[in-house]
Amino acid sequence: MSKNIKKYFPIFMLPTLLAFVIGFIVPFALGVWLSFCKFTTVTDAEFVGLSNYIEALKDPVFLHSFLYTTAFVLVTVVVINVFAFAIAFMLTKKISGSNFFRSVFFMPNLIGGIILGWIWQLLLNGILAHWGKTIVYSSTYGFWGMVILLSWQQIGYMMVIYIAGLQNIPGDYIEAARVDGANKWQLLRHIILPGMMPSITICTFLTVTNGFKMFDQNLALTNGAPSKASELLAMNIFNTFYGRNGFEGVGQAKAVIFFIVVAIVAVIQNRLTTRKEVQA
Amino acid sequence: MNTKVKHPKLWTLFFSVLSLIYVFPIVLVFINSFKKKAYISRKPFSIPQGKQFVGLENYINGINKTNFIEAFGWTLFITVLSVFVIILCCSMCAWYVMRVKNSMTKGFYLLCLFSMVVPFQMVMFTLSKIVDMLHLNTPWGLIIVYLGYGAGLAVFIFSGFVKSIPIDIEEAAMIDGCTPVQTFFKVVLPIMKPTCVTVSILQAMWIWNDYLLPYLCLDLKKYKTISIAVQYLKGGYGSVDMGAMMGCLVLAVLPIIVFYIFCQKYIIEGVVAGAVKG
Repeated sequence: MSKNIKKYFPIFMLPTLLAFVIGFIVPFALGVWLSFCKFTTVTDAEFVGLSNYIEALKDPVFLHSFLYTTAFVLVTVVVINVFAFAIAFMLTKKISGSNFFRSVFFMPNLIGGIILGWIWQLLLNGILAHWGKTIVYSSTYGFWGMVILLSWQQIGYMMVIYIAGLQNIPGDYIEAARVDGANKWQLLRHIILPGMMPSITICTFLTVTNGFKMFDQNLALTNGAPSKASELLAMNIFNTFYGRNGFEGVGQAKAVIFFIVVAIVAVIQNRLTTRKEVQA
Repeated sequence: MNTKVKHPKLWTLFFSVLSLIYVFPIVLVFINSFKKKAYISRKPFSIPQGKQFVGLENYINGINKTNFIEAFGWTLFITVLSVFVIILCCSMCAWYVMRVKNSMTKGFYLLCLFSMVVPFQMVMFTLSKIVDMLHLNTPWGLIIVYLGYGAGLAVFIFSGFVKSIPIDIEEAAMIDGCTPVQTFFKVVLPIMKPTCVTVSILQAMWIWNDYLLPYLCLDLKKYKTISIAVQYLKGGYGSVDMGAMMGCLVLAVLPIIVFYIFCQKYIIEGVVAGAVKG
């Protein structure tokens, strides 16, 4: 059968393969190559070795943005997952209207980052106006503004995944533990949490990568103000590419560093949480 | 695990309040969209009445300034066609990859997995240059770009489902004289319907809201999407017409909410299915 299908390669696989080569493989390979070059367009590239990387690592704005993003990811991962889990936990109990609440909490995910950024700029600036300040007063304001925004957006998404996970834990297990005299905390710690590890793996993975890659909300809410102090990594890279002429190589080198960091963090995170998964 | 909880009424009350807080930002934008623009930044929490009330002026202003209706049309065009092309091409491709196992298909599958971890910043500059070179900087060309960049996730989810289809069904169809194309469209694709819904929802949510890819790839003098149009309201020197902005935000959010009210069950199920497989 396999041989029979194989002849149909041009129909089944070629279109996707071609688009994948244009849309991903060539840009990626070219991107890695260009990070070792000096260039302004793709055609005038000139090999310069590691100097782009050295330049990138010497850039204080980049290093600040790196730490700023790391802190941002740590805070949002904890906040989003704790709240999402808690809300999911309560909504799987017998509370009237829980389906409605679930729909409301999920809704912000359908709205784009740019639009969310502007919506929250109105609200946060309105509140901060009481103290005569705005969201771009300092990078700390921007930081917590973005934490609130991203949490508001993503708690619903993670909640939905946690609800599905909670509903998959067999009722017998909980019943059996109850009969054996487990109290609420023991139930949560020894039955529910281990059974939820697959969902926790997925949700931490999604929150980590979403936090690192966040760009749209950053652009609309603070645009890096004041003076690039609230720039997340994605935005810093974007501004290096398009903000200054002659720095495209440095931007590409930063992008490669960014990619490696995201990949390493994703792998470590996956290892850590998968190890705790149990076979139900 | 529908267990009972103490004070169920109190919890309902608690979640009702939380829901109100949750929708408040959107309601606030809606209220402000009827307010004179000078008052929006100064008094965002006041109710527009008397001289603050401007009726639909902000909406008209916003639509004219951003060419909103055209942007809406292009966003719809790009999203619908891209999702359709992704579903068609990637489901076929995933089936082929799973049924014909050789080093090429295995390598392709691994690259698909790999592409899901790569941040867009890694490829954005080179991708936009390649798009310009190949003259793909139109909404039609963008569909090809989305097919290529979205293929990783789509192929991955479809492959996961193809693995669970018993091969006997397909063999039976082929013995009865179906060509592989017929087998795929008459036997495999109908079974894959729920997966198609999942992939459509994930891709549609991404493509509809995407900002950076169309911003870098499209010829912005001719085509804009909603996100780009909204961001364009911010002038070069950071001045924003808040009135027009509010109008545009409401116009951008409203269709999504209406759509969500009708399809929320599928959307939430699709997201869960996609996450569990991804």
